[in-house]
Amino acid sequence: MSAPSQRRLIFQHIDEPGYTNDLACYLKHGGYEVMKRAFARKPEELIDEVKKSGLRGRGGAGFPCGVKWTLVDRKSGKPIYLVVNADESEPGTFKDRYIIHQDPHQMIEGIMISCHANNVKQAYIYIRGEFPGGARILEKAIAEARAANFVGPNILGTNYSCEIYVHRGAGAYICGEETGLIESLEGKRAYPRIKPPYFPAVLGLDQCPTIVNNVETLCHVKHIVGMGGEAYSKIGTPNNTGTRILCVSGQVQRPGYYEYEVGKITMGQLLNEVCGGPLPGRTFKAVIPGGSSAKILRFGERFKGKRKVGAEMVDYDWGVEDVPMDFDSLGMIGTMGGSGGVIVMDDSVNMVEALGNINEFYAHESCGQCTPCREGSLWMKKITGRMVHGEGRSEDGALLKNVADQIAGRTICAFGEACAWPTQSFVLKFGDEFKAYPEAKKNAPADSLKLV
Amino acid sequence: MNLKPETFSRIDEVIPHYPVKRSAALPLLHLVQEDQGYISQEAIEWIAAKLELQPINIYELVTFYPMFRQKPIGRRHIKVCRTLSCALMGGYKACGEFEKQFNTHRGEISPDGEVTIEFVECLASCGTAPVVMIDDDLHEKVDCAKARELSARIKTEAATRQ
Amino acid sequence: MIAPPKPELVTVNIDGREIAVPKGTNIIEAARMVSVDVPHYCYHPKLTVVGNCRMCLVEMGLPAVDPATKAPIMDPATGKQKINWMPRPTIGCATNASPGLHIRTTSPMVKECREGVMEFLLINHPLDCPICDQAGECKLQEQATGYGRGYSRFIEQKNVKPKRTLLGPRVVLDDERCVLCSRCIRFCKEVAKDDVLGFIDRGSYSTLTAYPGKKLENNYSLNTVDICPVGALTSTDFRFKMRVWFLKQTNSIDTESSVGANTVVWSREGVIYRLTPRRNDAVNDTWMADSGRLLYKQVRTDDRLATVQVNGAESGRDIAVNAASERFKQGGVAIVGSGRSSVEEQFLAKKLAAALKAPAYLVSRVGKGDNLLISADRNPNVRGALVTGLIQTLPSAHLTELAASIDAGRIKTVVSLGEDLTAAGLSAAQLAKVSVIYLGTHANPTSAAAKIVFPGLTVFEKNGTFVNQQFRLQKFHKAVPGFTGAIDDLTVLAKLVAAASSSGTAVASEINALWTSLAAEIPALGTVLFKNLPETGLLLDSTPWAGLPYAESATLHYQLAQPALATA
Repeated sequence: MSAPSQRRLIFQHIDEPGYTNDLACYLKHGGYEVMKRAFARKPEELIDEVKKSGLRGRGGAGFPCGVKWTLVDRKSGKPIYLVVNADESEPGTFKDRYIIHQDPHQMIEGIMISCHANNVKQAYIYIRGEFPGGARILEKAIAEARAANFVGPNILGTNYSCEIYVHRGAGAYICGEETGLIESLEGKRAYPRIKPPYFPAVLGLDQCPTIVNNVETLCHVKHIVGMGGEAYSKIGTPNNTGTRILCVSGQVQRPGYYEYEVGKITMGQLLNEVCGGPLPGRTFKAVIPGGSSAKILRFGERFKGKRKVGAEMVDYDWGVEDVPMDFDSLGMIGTMGGSGGVIVMDDSVNMVEALGNINEFYAHESCGQCTPCREGSLWMKKITGRMVHGEGRSEDGALLKNVADQIAGRTICAFGEACAWPTQSFVLKFGDEFKAYPEAKKNAPADSLKLV
Repeated sequence: MNLKPETFSRIDEVIPHYPVKRSAALPLLHLVQEDQGYISQEAIEWIAAKLELQPINIYELVTFYPMFRQKPIGRRHIKVCRTLSCALMGGYKACGEFEKQFNTHRGEISPDGEVTIEFVECLASCGTAPVVMIDDDLHEKVDCAKARELSARIKTEAATRQ
Repeated sequence: MIAPPKPELVTVNIDGREIAVPKGTNIIEAARMVSVDVPHYCYHPKLTVVGNCRMCLVEMGLPAVDPATKAPIMDPATGKQKINWMPRPTIGCATNASPGLHIRTTSPMVKECREGVMEFLLINHPLDCPICDQAGECKLQEQATGYGRGYSRFIEQKNVKPKRTLLGPRVVLDDERCVLCSRCIRFCKEVAKDDVLGFIDRGSYSTLTAYPGKKLENNYSLNTVDICPVGALTSTDFRFKMRVWFLKQTNSIDTESSVGANTVVWSREGVIYRLTPRRNDAVNDTWMADSGRLLYKQVRTDDRLATVQVNGAESGRDIAVNAASERFKQGGVAIVGSGRSSVEEQFLAKKLAAALKAPAYLVSRVGKGDNLLISADRNPNVRGALVTGLIQTLPSAHLTELAASIDAGRIKTVVSLGEDLTAAGLSAAQLAKVSVIYLGTHANPTSAAAKIVFPGLTVFEKNGTFVNQQFRLQKFHKAVPGFTGAIDDLTVLAKLVAAASSSGTAVASEINALWTSLAAEIPALGTVLFKNLPETGLLLDSTPWAGLPYAESATLHYQLAQPALATA
């Protein structure tokens, strides 16, 4: 079966020749029309559209956006904040970068609609520090929108006022975790908060109810309100609605970003047809489907079970290539869709060293607040580092897995899983390579790829 | 604190963006670092006073967020992405090439004072790996040849400045 | 007295045992009530909950209900409501009791969690217990023994961090031992209001530090040492002086102000090594001031009074009592009691004053309150003097009335219970006009001028009670034997009372015997006796003394009484 064609909703204008990131260009393409219509509607109706759409968060967890909005404490009398998570930092993910740089007004329109829907008067865009240009573009775009009375006081004479400010991060991955992000926005070390009691929907920024949504998610809101939740829910597959931007990186012919209806394309179609297959003379060895924290898949492994299709349960027997790229299918085979970052590795890669690279990332990025992640992530890095640069032992694989098992599920935030899953899955699926590594290292060619 | 007038005005502009002053800590650190090149102890204490905080509250941030530095760096800051997608496409080699070109090591100022080279974690441009940021500008698909070319450009600029 | 409102109780099940606890009680505290230990490092009952150590992970279950009807789902096997156990462990410190909550603390999952956390905490720990001052009271040691795996799998290089950093004059930091629980940071921020500590760097390299150039030197800094669960923070004063397991603990009371912080005296073979706070939720929580911890140093000083003296010559107790008796017979006696004396001593002083028909005075000491645990009234027991009737009005700093009486020749003998009369405003000339009988612990101008001197005991060397600013009667115990040559003040006072009274009958001086008459003669004390007075004290009815212009302003657990409404 050949790959379906892309369905570009969010990335409609990305890389389009002549499309610029200024307001005039956006307006020329029908910009802010959806917002104008949305402002004429009741907020509850907008929330309802989003609920009907089935939109799931595009940041990584895939939590239903409409449910998230329903959990907001609207009786506290305190202001409600919207914080845009533009801290795009899960390795392998690079979708928000293009929205911010090339189509910032789409994002601002999505923010304003979401603010109106939730009676938010103040929004912050928490953008990662490594996007200094992106921050400037957003500030310029907000200024343009403010000048056009799309943002700010008494928007288009509706009596509704809402301000957006850009807030730059400073290089900490953990700020992608929503409560860590809130702490960071409060001017503190980005230590994720304990939940309960600090659910952002109740006790978020400055202890006020706060909605934290990913950039792409908010762009989807614009399209949902534009076409109606019902219509949007028909895009994609049941429970995995809409489109999804898949970011492909690593060892393929044509890495890049591709937008598809969720669940309509398989891993094999994406990598072999859309991305042109492996590099010359190489074969695919492994793929991480949803950002570096997602569990790795080994080409050649098979996944069997029963799944729901319509009302029926049907058997499935998939190879990696057969897996549809949606939240539920990837979840079913023990990994996740996460942030949509697909990282591909071919047969030139040694998996111990690839894990070493990932472990270095998570050890560097652990905030250090809670014991298992703080100590476990560095220990795993030290073990893989020693295997690569010093004395490897055949039992190191088992030790690594056991250390990872002591982290996942026992930490304050999901970083515990994020740092444990790579190790758990690498050792589980490439245990042979970990056992053989001390020997393999001796025979490795001098010019082999360096990852650690 | 000796800052440029426009830095002062931007600082005063940004603080009221937040319901609680402390939230302006990161923006102020960015502004001061852009102005001064790094965050000195004087700057920490000045920012703390400005936001009605204790110096430790700011010191905790400067050491937590990797983008803030407490020492001056070279005239140009070369940040090579170290993370998996870039490493798979030769990030380590590119970094090595820069080190060779400027006769220096990661984390140090090159002998000519021109650059500081650093490995950083994911720059979120994995599809065009390996990527490098030189100051605020992103450079994509930086293989050894491109690393040499970028280095040459920096050196030429340095020469014309003299 | 008004009883506090009864808290709403909820029943939880911990390891199969049901217990009713106030709603909102966390699992660590609820488990404590059924004697189940939930190990922890970062949780502290008097600080905010941060949940970072992950040692208190437990298994949690909630009663199953039908999602649609909310009707309980019953387990046919047991006939009880089914329990839905969560697949992941949860932290006890941040989990509050709710109706029907089930907790397992001994399951394989919990055991494994604890082993994991213990291993993680130890991999970068220097394991230098033999030379660590915390040994013997270290939570890492205790919990490694109780919940650890007992062997190490770590063969990598340990992290290197700063050692022996002086955080301030009284606190030393070893960062390699630190488990980053943040108790000390939270204490400084939340209780001492001195935000000087913090973490720098990140991940496993996170390091506790004081801001460069700033010191942890507030008067509560040593509480960080008390609450540090490991050997990271140690006291410069106590460090390397003694292994804690050799020390005997005796309950006592801080005498530096009318707060009356509850304390523990740590001693060995008659020598005191340190003072630490003792938890009393109604008085000092778990804290005390650094200044109060140094008071034990007054026990062994060169200026301790060690001999009975009559007219400047060393003498014996009974000779001195007889000499005092002779003075009493000449009349014109005044008593200067003390707000530092115990209730028992004040009671006998009051008896002495009554027997001699002598006026009794007290000397006030007023400083600045610190809003926390040092009040403006620097006497620990002015209210004891009110309760015993030694005085009827609050004292002043200067003995003006006594001075005038001396100048007028009405007073010939002054009995001072430890007060330096020169400091209280009497001139050398006035002192020279009277015979001073001095009972006290340390030499001063008054003891030097005194005709009769009885060397007494410090608070650490005797039993007794104080009444603090809340009118809470609190007791202290003898921690170490009296200084050689010193005599129990109660014995001397009892003998003086006997000598002064016309009948000459003996007066009890042993504390329990004395309390029988105290209780009988002072209605405010009710039925309490020394031996059954709770260690956390007893709040007395203070209405007889309401409205007096007390010196104190608000401190922890002490608000100013509402001023009486003016009647029209």
